[in-house]
Amino acid sequence: MYKIKVHVYLKENILDPQGKAVTNALHQLGFNEVQTVRVGKYFQLFTDNVDDIESRIKSMCQKLLVNEVIEDVDFTIENAA
Amino acid sequence: MKVAVLVFPGSNCDQDMLGAWQLMPKVECQYVFHSESSLEGFDVVAVPGGFSYGDYLRCGAIARFSPVMKALQEFAESGKPVIGVCNGFQILLEAGLLEGALLRNEGLSFICRPEKLRVANNHSMFTSAYSENQVLEIPIAHGEGNYYCDAETYARLKSNGQILFEYENNPNGSFMNIAGICNSKGNVLGMMPHPERVVESLLGGTDGLPLFHSILNFCQHKTA
Repeated sequence: MYKIKVHVYLKENILDPQGKAVTNALHQLGFNEVQTVRVGKYFQLFTDNVDDIESRIKSMCQKLLVNEVIEDVDFTIENAA
Repeated sequence: MKVAVLVFPGSNCDQDMLGAWQLMPKVECQYVFHSESSLEGFDVVAVPGGFSYGDYLRCGAIARFSPVMKALQEFAESGKPVIGVCNGFQILLEAGLLEGALLRNEGLSFICRPEKLRVANNHSMFTSAYSENQVLEIPIAHGEGNYYCDAETYARLKSNGQILFEYENNPNGSFMNIAGICNSKGNVLGMMPHPERVVESLLGGTDGLPLFHSILNFCQHKTA
């Protein structure tokens, strides 16, 4: 079994109001060392079949998991057996 | 003239949209469920607001894979009018029928109130019954209506006259106050404000009516 970790996050130049609200909340709690928070999404995909997997994940991202207008993505493939 | 109002699981402005079209003379309108694969015989398609598929993943991201969306792609390519309001706008963007994306509102709040809009271009099949720069009051009701596109896309939208509506007092952080845009062919409109909610003075205003009349005029002239 393989575990694919897909991280999707807003592009750097795009304002993240949710992250800003979390930053403010952390500051209110006294965690002033945090300068910026960016909130993203994390997908876990499980599969036994890793044939051509890199290009298939890229295709999944492009077609569904990521809106390329506003989001960037990276992923890792781990052997979870 | 026949109008289709698409219905997805989670659509909740479909009745308002149908009701608005029913006020138009000589218009036959009906719901078309997301599982249908044909839009044959229709002259206009309206994609209503709501929370299709619970807004899972991204607003409109799942709805775009409905069988009816394939038919809608072909319908749009044929040059007939398509209007997407609120979640309908989000679906049209996800489907690639319009350019850009909608982000979370700048202030994070879900905003539900009347908002002033300016008609930025009245030379379109959707806005011909308005006057240029006319200021309208049309309600918005969304949490993710913060329109975004890159500078290059904006320049193209602007020079082609694809920006049809702009907010007078930007409520959500939308880039360059954009409230509604159309595609380069001019037959697909997406807007966050709800024109279908202001079609009867008893219900607070009629600023949405000219939009429906504009589309009607376009269709009638085409068949005449």
